[in-house]
Amino acid sequence: MNAILHELRKAPLTAKFGIAVVLFYIFVAVFAPLLAPFGESEVVGYEYEPWSAVNWLGTDSLGRDMATRMIYGARNTIGIALVTTMIAFAVGSAAGFFAAVLQGWVDQVLSRAVDVVISIPTLIFALLLLTIFGASVTSLIGVIALIYATFVYRIARAVAMGVVVMDYVEAAQVRGEGLWWIMRKEILPNAAPPLVAEFGLRFCFVFLTISGLSFLGLGIQPPAADWGSMVRENASLITFGDLTPLIPAAAIGLLTVAVNFIVDWMLHKASGLKT
Amino acid sequence: MHYLLRLFVQRLALGLLTLFVVSLVIFLSIELLPGDVAQQVLGQSATPENLAAFRRELGLDQPAHTRYLSWLGGFLQGDLGNSLISGLPIKDLISERMYNTFFLAGFAAVISVPLAVLLGVIAALYRETFLDKSINVATLTAISVPEFFVGYILVWLFAVELGMFPSIANLSEDASLGDRIYRTFLPALTLTLIVTAHMMRMTRASLINLLALPFIEMAQLKGASQRRLIVIHALPNAIAPIVTVIAINLAYLIVGVVIVEVVFVYPGMGQLLVDSVAKRDFTVVQTACLLFAATYILFNLASDLISIASNPRLLHRK
Amino acid sequence: MTDTQTPLLVMQNLQIEGLSEDRWKPIVKGVNLTLGKGEVLGLIGESGAGKSTIGLGAMGHVRDGCRFSGGTVHFDGIELTGASRETCRDLRSTRIAYVAQSAAASFNPAFKLISQHAEFPVRRGLMQREEAEKDAIDLYRQLQLPNPEEIGFRYPHQVSGGQLQRAMTAMAMACRPDLIIFDEPTTALDVTTQIEVLSAIRNIVEEFGTSAIYITHDLAVVAQMADRIMVLRYGEEVEAADTATMLNDPKEEYTKSLWAVRSFKAAQKAPVAEAQVPVVSLKNVTAQYPGTARPVLNDISMDFHAGRTVAVVGESGSGKSTTARSLMGLLPPVQGEILLNGAPLAPEFRKRSKAELQAVQMIYQMADTALNPKQRIKDIIGRPMTYYRGLRGKQLTQEIRALLADIELEPDQYMNRLPSELSGGQKQRIGIARALAASPKLVICDEVTSALDQLVAEGILRLLDKLQKEHDLAYMFITHDISTVRAIADEVVVMQQGRVVEQGAKEAIFSPPHAPYTDLLLSSVPEMDPAWLDRVLADRAAAQG
Repeated sequence: MNAILHELRKAPLTAKFGIAVVLFYIFVAVFAPLLAPFGESEVVGYEYEPWSAVNWLGTDSLGRDMATRMIYGARNTIGIALVTTMIAFAVGSAAGFFAAVLQGWVDQVLSRAVDVVISIPTLIFALLLLTIFGASVTSLIGVIALIYATFVYRIARAVAMGVVVMDYVEAAQVRGEGLWWIMRKEILPNAAPPLVAEFGLRFCFVFLTISGLSFLGLGIQPPAADWGSMVRENASLITFGDLTPLIPAAAIGLLTVAVNFIVDWMLHKASGLKT
Repeated sequence: MHYLLRLFVQRLALGLLTLFVVSLVIFLSIELLPGDVAQQVLGQSATPENLAAFRRELGLDQPAHTRYLSWLGGFLQGDLGNSLISGLPIKDLISERMYNTFFLAGFAAVISVPLAVLLGVIAALYRETFLDKSINVATLTAISVPEFFVGYILVWLFAVELGMFPSIANLSEDASLGDRIYRTFLPALTLTLIVTAHMMRMTRASLINLLALPFIEMAQLKGASQRRLIVIHALPNAIAPIVTVIAINLAYLIVGVVIVEVVFVYPGMGQLLVDSVAKRDFTVVQTACLLFAATYILFNLASDLISIASNPRLLHRK
Repeated sequence: MTDTQTPLLVMQNLQIEGLSEDRWKPIVKGVNLTLGKGEVLGLIGESGAGKSTIGLGAMGHVRDGCRFSGGTVHFDGIELTGASRETCRDLRSTRIAYVAQSAAASFNPAFKLISQHAEFPVRRGLMQREEAEKDAIDLYRQLQLPNPEEIGFRYPHQVSGGQLQRAMTAMAMACRPDLIIFDEPTTALDVTTQIEVLSAIRNIVEEFGTSAIYITHDLAVVAQMADRIMVLRYGEEVEAADTATMLNDPKEEYTKSLWAVRSFKAAQKAPVAEAQVPVVSLKNVTAQYPGTARPVLNDISMDFHAGRTVAVVGESGSGKSTTARSLMGLLPPVQGEILLNGAPLAPEFRKRSKAELQAVQMIYQMADTALNPKQRIKDIIGRPMTYYRGLRGKQLTQEIRALLADIELEPDQYMNRLPSELSGGQKQRIGIARALAASPKLVICDEVTSALDQLVAEGILRLLDKLQKEHDLAYMFITHDISTVRAIADEVVVMQQGRVVEQGAKEAIFSPPHAPYTDLLLSSVPEMDPAWLDRVLADRAAAQG
């Protein structure tokens, strides 16, 4: 614990900033109902009311409180992106590790299937699948998790391949150890650390993709508050010179920048380079 | 040379095979649809006669492989079928839009590719300096914010506040090139900003990887200047990675184009695709997806072939 | 030739620091050095001695993450540690040149050799392109490269390692510099190639009267090349003297210990009884990688007896490590068989029983990749004990402690460490302990001392010898280093290109007459005698002429 605090103190300013922002977002997401002045989809006034003491950021196209929806949006948008990323990692890295250890036809089948999925642009494939399964939170999570699992698969496989060629894995194999032991004791502890930084990076992509889909009206569905759809619903205000609709977009950007700063720092530390 | 030719043909065949499999995936994905397409489209109130007529018209009464072959066959002959919803030929729906989308993406690519490579080289040249760190923070921000944020900020700045460019990029069919460029300026700028940031970061990273190799230190010890080091010694070895970066980002352009078209209400393929997804117009979605995917696969194939052609180990065999 | 009156290079109290874990730590701690015109200085020391850093410092260059922190370097009166980039740049190629350890990695893969050769003579305006190319061909001829007219028009990947190293020496000579830094130029080469490169380098340096700093860890090599030798340790000078004095009469203890390294010799053992069944035998083994046309091993037969060491010696590509992999069942033989105590063993390791796997254990060359960095020492050496021998709990801990004490590591201190918390030699000891933990019959030692410094390697050899006596182990000792073979072998197998060239008792193999390849191999091993290179070259010329 002390060692972690010590590392944090030595971290560059950008990383500290990133950590502070992420903690703030988590706080808002967790305590959303306590922090928000109104209900998530409660109509509190007329459409497009300006900023005031009651409605801090005004109201939206249906007369709902913008500030409240921002706070609930943190919970929905981040929560869904996080769940999606976790599923993608669980599926992708498990498949990647198996492919690396077993090699042979398992590896061939999985890798070629992944090649095909990756050769279709992410958003396009997501749109195709969402047409089929319809736009709902479950299908959104499933579809995006599936697509990103393919990227995770490639990375996890490459990392595990790097471990598999090590002499200590060969030593365990010729000792007679079983597959399960080799995966658990030899591969996983060495392959997991590089994947942690990758998790942050992939979370950003998932987060941006889901926001993009929501902005297109194909992601998180109303009346749930969500940052991507909030921009779309209120975008017409921009042509009147009011930037309020961009606050959710800025919130998306800020979180992504923050996570990127942390990832940069972790990668930098891992590579052992000078600052 | 014989060997290289074989490698080329191999890659070409592999690319075509991928394209074939992708078309199969796109076609078959519709088969995954829970329930019956006709029922989904016509709704619960449709009479059995209507449903039967609808199926016959779309060939849904045929087995899947027959439909796939006739779909693919039609595709190769330029017959893209009809929209499920409006019944109009898809070809008429997309031909104009396709041109518009390629114009927008091409516009952005022409600016961003040279700009990104140049900035990447400069950042690598002055790495770890204030300039490099500023570029790093700026590009990191650019790739972190959603595409629609960049789009709307530009709308607000150039259309609302400054009134220099239109906020909506509607095009008439007979618009002159100058007019086109004027109207597509903001969407193109949005795409350029995002794609340049991505591409520049990757260019810098691949160059810096290269600079850690022993032959670069050797060139330094032979007395090469910093500029000569990068331009003469590193760049010829960076062609493959940089071309790959460009291919990845041109693909990114395709994705970005969808969202940017919606922001600027631009009459392109992306807009059409999003509308069709909302309306669940499967045939149009299939066609649009296949066209986007094909473009992407062709870019990757091209980058693959260029990488092979730039590798001295493959060009000059032992 | 040598003119020490007007020195070419003077280092005074040179200090260089490197950044490690956010802190500047000294690498070179105040070295003084004077190099006269036409003089060749050998810098010798073990890894971490700072030899390469000093060599680069002589060019006014420090690697990324390093800096000059004190002292001066004067090259022909020009101070380099504080000099501008331009000043240093103008001196390079024209007056100071560099020859790197790995020529294959140090040539730019995108250009032909001759273009890289001609780059600076032309850029500095010393020659026209045609002249530079003609000169390159002359130098290639002088360095005895085959096909000097056309070899320069090849790309680096089309040329072999030893030839590339000579081409790099030619490139260093391109502008006829006053000083060349040779940074371990033959370390990556096989001995039979090394001797050609050494003679080529020495001739051309003499021919042009060039000064040189010759960096190496190999005493016998430096004895051939240098007029004067400086011994370094931990970034400091231990002592310096002319070559003859240094070899015959070293003053410092550390130097003496370096010189004495090759003195270890395992005691002679009684010959094997006729009737004794070998622990493991290879009978006419032929092996081949799946999908390839030609076998990598051809008709290999060897016997391994308890308490005895078979040294398998050969250059890279000889098949010595492949033989071990075949024996382990990693590359199953396509013909022939492997016997354990006279009974046939399944060709593939997956089909062997636990007891069969237990009998043969392996120690790897690179301890860094052989030990799982995430496991503690007690787990690394405890696992085989649990797996093969069913040891658990208190009994297991006791065995681990006993074994650690056996490999001369204090149990309390090392049990809970991770491999990253050990030195290179200690890691190799853990690798040995892991093999012993299985209570094997045969231990395969694959180049176990090659990655280690001489003094550390010596300790490992002594340990292996001790353990062999204690546990009556059979060793298969794979190495490319003849002096190691002399030290530890009972029987010797000489391999070349997947075949056995000669095999038998050590005394028989090392005394003439030899098979022609054995002869070439043995005569190519550098000796401490400074006259060795001349003698061998003269012998070979006589044999040919």
